[in-house]
Amino acid sequence: MNNHKTEKVFLKGNEAVAMAAIEAGCRCYFGYPITPQSDIPEYLSRELPKVGGTFIQAESEIGSINMVLGAAATGARAMTSSSGPGISLKQEGISYMAGSELPGVIVDIMRAGPGLGGIDASQADYFQATRGGGHGGYRIIVLAPASVQEMYDLTMLAFDLADMYRMPAMVLADSVIGQMKESVTPNPRPKTELPPKPWVVRGKAAGEPQNVVKSLYLGDGEMEAFHWKMHARYQELADKECRWEEFMTDDAELIVTAFGSPARIAKTAISMAREAGMKVGLLRPITLFPFPKKAYATLSESCKRFLSIELSTGQMIDDVRLSVARDAEVAFYGRPPGAGSLPTPEELFVQIRKNYQAAA
Amino acid sequence: MKQVFSRPESLKDVQTHFCPGCHHGSVHRLVAEAIDEFGIASQTIGVASVGCSVFLYGYFDVDVIEAPHGRAPAVATGAKRARPDRIVFTYQGDGDLAAIGMSEIIHSANRGEDITVIFVNNTTYGMTGGQMAPTTMPGQKTSTSPYGRDINNDGAPFKMAELLSQLEGVAFSARVAVNSPKNVIQAKKMIKNAFRCQIEKKGFSFIEVLASCPTNWGMQPLEANKRVSDEMIPYFPLGVYRNTANL
Repeated sequence: MNNHKTEKVFLKGNEAVAMAAIEAGCRCYFGYPITPQSDIPEYLSRELPKVGGTFIQAESEIGSINMVLGAAATGARAMTSSSGPGISLKQEGISYMAGSELPGVIVDIMRAGPGLGGIDASQADYFQATRGGGHGGYRIIVLAPASVQEMYDLTMLAFDLADMYRMPAMVLADSVIGQMKESVTPNPRPKTELPPKPWVVRGKAAGEPQNVVKSLYLGDGEMEAFHWKMHARYQELADKECRWEEFMTDDAELIVTAFGSPARIAKTAISMAREAGMKVGLLRPITLFPFPKKAYATLSESCKRFLSIELSTGQMIDDVRLSVARDAEVAFYGRPPGAGSLPTPEELFVQIRKNYQAAA
Repeated sequence: MKQVFSRPESLKDVQTHFCPGCHHGSVHRLVAEAIDEFGIASQTIGVASVGCSVFLYGYFDVDVIEAPHGRAPAVATGAKRARPDRIVFTYQGDGDLAAIGMSEIIHSANRGEDITVIFVNNTTYGMTGGQMAPTTMPGQKTSTSPYGRDINNDGAPFKMAELLSQLEGVAFSARVAVNSPKNVIQAKKMIKNAFRCQIEKKGFSFIEVLASCPTNWGMQPLEANKRVSDEMIPYFPLGVYRNTANL
């Protein structure tokens, strides 16, 4: 916040994440190289030492998420980042963090999979991210930026939400958002009112209560009570923290829904459709967990046809179907990752026209 | 009457779950005495691992983080980097440290993290019922090496104190035992050295403690104690393997 520049800067999405993390007060970053997110550790290895922070290129993604766990247990804001294969390795630590009610930020710049897959833009980690990802039945906050500015803003929000709800938060972006450059206003850290952290390990003085950060619950009924407590917290998140963008939805007879890169391409296609006289709008979820169910429920009272566009064979569509009114139809158009698989506006326009005519 | 022996203040006044004759209680006591004698309890953060050592927080009256299996050195790294003014130690068994956690221990040691690692080697997985560990001795029968550990199939046991002593990041590495009064006295001295190493910010310190597991060895406590001296110490020699900290 010292000498904060608010004039625009021209940045890669990944660099915006790293810059926002520092502005958010993150002084502990632990990571491992993997394409297409390596700009994040590269930036932080250069910039964190300048602000008294610590950067470790860990032995593995398992090592790095557990370093995040350790730093978070002391109350520090800590972050790691990776892509599919590395995020899979981190799931162990994410599950332990969820079980230990630890905040922390994980950035997933999605690449194609399964396995080693490829480095094309993909949204096929949607299920992994929004269903928790690891073992034991938990959820994490998932934010989906669709611009470099949002990479910056949502990374800062991720730190705040993680602290407010004592759970890990993920920034989930496809590799196009991570790799493209746009101008960004690097806003100062918002003055969010955050809860104190009386639970941190700090070295207890004689007579002070012992603080233990753990996920083992062996006492009679303890584990069940934990699950219901977290269930209530997820409900509170859904009530208070859903975020989404609507574009030309007021009179829409067809609503396209997409997140990340495809949502931007869809906007262009929707403008083309409007010029052609079709009443089409866009609903773009910004929080994927909590999923903005109420926005879908409200819009589907009047608009009865939705089109989910994803860089996968269809994952978010499940949440869309669970959210819209019973008599609304949800169609799908997907481009699973592969060389050149990002759809063009013209391609989406064709899909919009087809579905618009079917709705009519 | 003058009291000459009591429970260390850093240990809680509770019964442990450890089996009769298990050496974990002795090791807990020595670590707690070291913490008390340096007067560092109010700065100390313990990192528990998975296995019989997971209940560390139930016995030590210090703040504790419970780490995933094998990851205690990475968790300790994160805690120490975030709070360099704290004393951070891990307490890990052989399966945890030398099998699933081999990567974390080697790399934390190699980075020279300013942490102390207490490694309890009882040549078996205690909590899960006596399976073969990375330190199980050649020919030793366990529930997953029913014909005895065959080094042609399973490899030879890891000698962690020696292995880590090869790394430049390690400031202090020693192996001790707690099966006799003499060895307990020496173990205490080495454990204090390890903590002093961290207090003086000299780098990574490692203590391997040879320990008994009578239940899973199928032995009486005294027999198990004897096995430590007759079989384990000849194979895992006691001593200081690295001391660039000049302790």
